[in-house]
Amino acid sequence: MRRSAARLGGLAGVAALFALAASAPAQQRTSARELLSPELRAMQDDDARNPGMLWVEQGAKLWQTPDGAAAKSCAGCHGDAAASMTGVATRYPAVDRASGALLNLELRINRCRTEHMRAPPFDYESDALLGLTSFLAHQSRGLPMSVATDGPAAPFLAQGKALYLERQGQLNVACFQCHDDNVGKRLRGDRISSGLATGYPAYRLDWQRSGSLHRRLRACQLGVRAHQFELGAPEYLALELYLAARAEGLPIETPGVRK
Amino acid sequence: MAQTRIVLPKTAKKGEIIEIKSLIQHAMETGHRRDNMGLAIPRHIIKSYRVTYAGEEVFRAELFPGVAANPYFSFTTVATVSGDVVFTWEDDRGTVVTETVRLTVT
Amino acid sequence: MGARSDHARVDIARRRLLVGAGGLVLGPCLLPLAATATPEAMDAAVRQVVGTGMVRPGRVKLEIPELAENGFSVPMTISVESPMIAADHVRTIYVFSEKNPLPNVVRFHLGPRAGRARVQTSIRLADTQRITAIAAMSDQSLWSATADVIVTLSACLETG
Repeated sequence: MRRSAARLGGLAGVAALFALAASAPAQQRTSARELLSPELRAMQDDDARNPGMLWVEQGAKLWQTPDGAAAKSCAGCHGDAAASMTGVATRYPAVDRASGALLNLELRINRCRTEHMRAPPFDYESDALLGLTSFLAHQSRGLPMSVATDGPAAPFLAQGKALYLERQGQLNVACFQCHDDNVGKRLRGDRISSGLATGYPAYRLDWQRSGSLHRRLRACQLGVRAHQFELGAPEYLALELYLAARAEGLPIETPGVRK
Repeated sequence: MAQTRIVLPKTAKKGEIIEIKSLIQHAMETGHRRDNMGLAIPRHIIKSYRVTYAGEEVFRAELFPGVAANPYFSFTTVATVSGDVVFTWEDDRGTVVTETVRLTVT
Repeated sequence: MGARSDHARVDIARRRLLVGAGGLVLGPCLLPLAATATPEAMDAAVRQVVGTGMVRPGRVKLEIPELAENGFSVPMTISVESPMIAADHVRTIYVFSEKNPLPNVVRFHLGPRAGRARVQTSIRLADTQRITAIAAMSDQSLWSATADVIVTLSACLETG
């Protein structure tokens, strides 16, 4: 490493070393799936048993269902999701070129509904939106996360990273202190994951239903007794982008089973 | 109607023991939980789950609030003849959910 | 920044958090106002089902994790040694809890059509406790197995 830095010469080599140091080493990025008990991991891996699949099925049905003043279904424009939607979730959250807004899958689905189907948006944590989001993310299950972090995404990424590094709440804890510094260690009965968010929407046993990443982020903030943002808040979107960048190269698991 | 998910082989050999797995979306509200205002959330559970195969009952479960939400069941049955496997869930408010899956036995 | 600009919503959220601390939708581990089954209540529930029959340990295999990740959903497999023929089969499998609010958890009705006596489901556990499975056979005999499960608390005690 030192030899190649010397060859590159000066600042360029040093910058390369800093860039390498800034990204989390692959072996420290542990999905919550790896920290599940064998029984729960088996539950996630068995599509017949994974309760999150109920929402995937619900989403599959909605995909075919015409709705709104335009009486269109998702399938009406996008065809067979297995063909057209494969790989899409690996690129979200993404900046919408037309509006400059950062959109996650949930917001993209609702934008399609309002703009193209002329249908009302689904409530953020509704079964319908969880179903469609799960269904879409599921089409990319096993594919590696690969969100754009440059260009228009760069300022959102910086905002998300700042939130990730900021101490918050009565417990005065920042995300990185658990999810980078103490991965795999126990916090009461739980083991701390790297906070990769690759299984969302996930079936969380605590919720006894499927739930969104933003709901999970709200729960994290409640856990450290911090002010919570609303579902769909720009802070959560920016943080979601940063988490997606941290999960670069790791496979989507949706629907995940989590505690 | 509550979302269900049923997994069983499409075909089986006569005499083969097949495994049937099912999920149904249901909160299985126990009646013991309280909301943010301290008020009890009323009980609402699936009470019975019955499976018939070619008209004959092959499995039945009685559910109490101790069954987890979105109940999952796995059980086995012997493949005898080609026929409909009918799954019926009934909750404590009289709501009935039924699904039918065709099993072909060779 | 964000919702902080909307003071009314922040206040409501804070109030909800304070109310929540006392009246949060509580997990199965924390049910201060609900009745809890006692081993005596469980025995009564068992008697109601088996009458004066003698329950013998054996033939039943109760597979459940020693340490439950979360009391809301604990995977359980019950299998019973039985040829599952008309002359000799499992009629019913009963599952009992000694610490849940109710002693009856789930019952399975099988028969010779099952081919094999093996069922799976997920149950709720209100606390660390012993679970009991009793199989009633076609010859009126009763067999049982028990399993002790530790139910842990989750990390942040948040319900969000």
